[in-house]
Amino acid sequence: MRNVWILCWKELRSYFVSPIAYLLLAMFAIVFGFFFWNVVGYFVYAGMEAQMRGAMFPLNVNEQVIRPLVSNVSVIGLFLIPMITMRLFAEEKRSGTIELLATSPLRDFEVILGKWLAALILYSAMLLLTAINFAWLFRYGNPDWKPLLVAYLGLLLQAGALLAIGTFISTLTRNQIIAGGATFGICLLLWVLEWVSGYDSATYARVMAYLSVLTHFESFAKGLLSIKDFVYYLSAIFLGLFLTARSMESLRWRS
Amino acid sequence: MESASNSLAPSVGTKRSRRTIGFSRDSVDRLASDERCTAFEISRQVGTSDTVPARPQNYNLMIRVKELTKRYARTTAVDHISFEVQKGQIVGFLGPNGAGKTTTMRMLTCFLPPTSGTATVAGFDVLEAPMDVKRRIGYLPEIPPLYHEMRTAEYLAFVAKIKGLRGLELAKRVNYVLDRCAVADVKDKVLSKLSKGYRQRVGLAQAIVHNPDVLILDEPTAGLDPKQINETRELIRSLAGDHTIILSTHILPEVEQTCQQVIIINKGKLVATDSVNNLQNRSRGAGSVLVEIAGRQEALDSPEVKRRLEKVPGVSRVLFKEKRENRFVFEVDGETDRAIRGDLARVIVESGWDLNELRTAAVSLEEIFLQLTSSNEAKNASAKGTEGDLETVAEQAKR
Repeated sequence: MRNVWILCWKELRSYFVSPIAYLLLAMFAIVFGFFFWNVVGYFVYAGMEAQMRGAMFPLNVNEQVIRPLVSNVSVIGLFLIPMITMRLFAEEKRSGTIELLATSPLRDFEVILGKWLAALILYSAMLLLTAINFAWLFRYGNPDWKPLLVAYLGLLLQAGALLAIGTFISTLTRNQIIAGGATFGICLLLWVLEWVSGYDSATYARVMAYLSVLTHFESFAKGLLSIKDFVYYLSAIFLGLFLTARSMESLRWRS
Repeated sequence: MESASNSLAPSVGTKRSRRTIGFSRDSVDRLASDERCTAFEISRQVGTSDTVPARPQNYNLMIRVKELTKRYARTTAVDHISFEVQKGQIVGFLGPNGAGKTTTMRMLTCFLPPTSGTATVAGFDVLEAPMDVKRRIGYLPEIPPLYHEMRTAEYLAFVAKIKGLRGLELAKRVNYVLDRCAVADVKDKVLSKLSKGYRQRVGLAQAIVHNPDVLILDEPTAGLDPKQINETRELIRSLAGDHTIILSTHILPEVEQTCQQVIIINKGKLVATDSVNNLQNRSRGAGSVLVEIAGRQEALDSPEVKRRLEKVPGVSRVLFKEKRENRFVFEVDGETDRAIRGDLARVIVESGWDLNELRTAAVSLEEIFLQLTSSNEAKNASAKGTEGDLETVAEQAKR
């Protein structure tokens, strides 16, 4: 376990001594800031309009601000996650440092877990930025904090799953661009699989919809904790990390 | 554990095994009976707390490779290689590019699993006990495995950590290798900013930071300038007391200068193993003489000269090499241990010719190497070569 932290710390350091972490954080802050401004602006507009019409529009900060916002965060994550994971193993393979790790008394799972955790921590740091925006909601409004917490948990689980897949893809190549591009493609596909259920309800459509990352985030965004979605994300994380371990092992037999 | 290996390694390793290079079985057994070895072995066993497979009785055999083979889909990178390395030695792993040096080293470091055959390092099998092997091995790949965004000291501390060092010991070792490898003056510099020579030395520091029994260095001087090459060689030589070292190279002088023993491989096959001294002696004292003869007035008749030279007692073979104006060069092979030079000179002078030059036809390591690695005959030699017999090799090289 100690080795996991050593590697995690090393990865985090390399994120933060290079511009990668700052670039990601800044980009995320800007994009999320825009979304926040947009959603809150619309919420205020809708509130004023309802007042003017004299309608008793049941305005709810949780439903109308937080829920669309966390859904947006998960979409932004889709774009940023490949950038977080693409270097994890591709860089080690390119620079030859993978030989150092592979010839040190480390177990494969320690290396993989350390790297994945570092990626997850970087993502969490991004999420932490959203807290600044949400703090204003709590300052001027009266939202319920429990659904927000569940939504954060959902975001972390979802990111964990996509990061695990990205980590796996990063072991397949020594080229970061390829790793990033492939991860992005797969993340996108996992996202839109759900669209099939829009016009078809056959078994294949339901299976595809189940595989989609989007469907499982829905309940978290609403503030619901459902075992089914929990299990989905956990098994996706496990599968991603398991494939990474297999891939690292096969690396030795192939290269 | 540290102190034991430091104090005992030089006394056991260097003094004795430098003489017993020829891999002979009885010399190994003699060493095993040495009392200091047993004490050393016990201290090692106490030091390692983990449950380990049974130690071999003979701890002086640091590396033992038996019929090691690595096959890929279409090619065989390493083909049934066997050799052994004694404790405290520097062994040169010699071969042209693509001969399988790196693959063999990667198998020794548990980076690649062998297709067949066995390799044990410090008594542990690379397949059965990879963790134990990795703990005892320091590896410098061809390109030093540096994290370019780290600083030197930070990087060495990281490597020490993943090698299992902790706390005070870690700090001590990092400081030690910083000094030892002469990189202390750049310890706060970012690795990407270092010059090639410094990077190589940081790579070496990284390999010895956990005080491994065995050091495996893949082309440690590749790409350095002559001054840096010398410094690096010097450093490697100075490390020999504490560690058993295998270094690969395709530069022959490097082997002559740094190593005590040489393993030559080509196209994945073992061509020869012997001590460097033997190799040089054989190639020099093979009893072959170059003779340059000039006629006084009349042009020389080369068959006639050849006939006369062959008559000299002790001469086994005369080979006409070349003609320069009215001078002729012959290569004369004598029977071993028989001085033929004096007789040769007398015969030539008595025949009324001029003796321009008479010198030993030194076969350089280069020639032996080229011969070994380029001809088909290398395959024939490999069978004999494994026994440390280079006679055939030296002979081939002359032809």
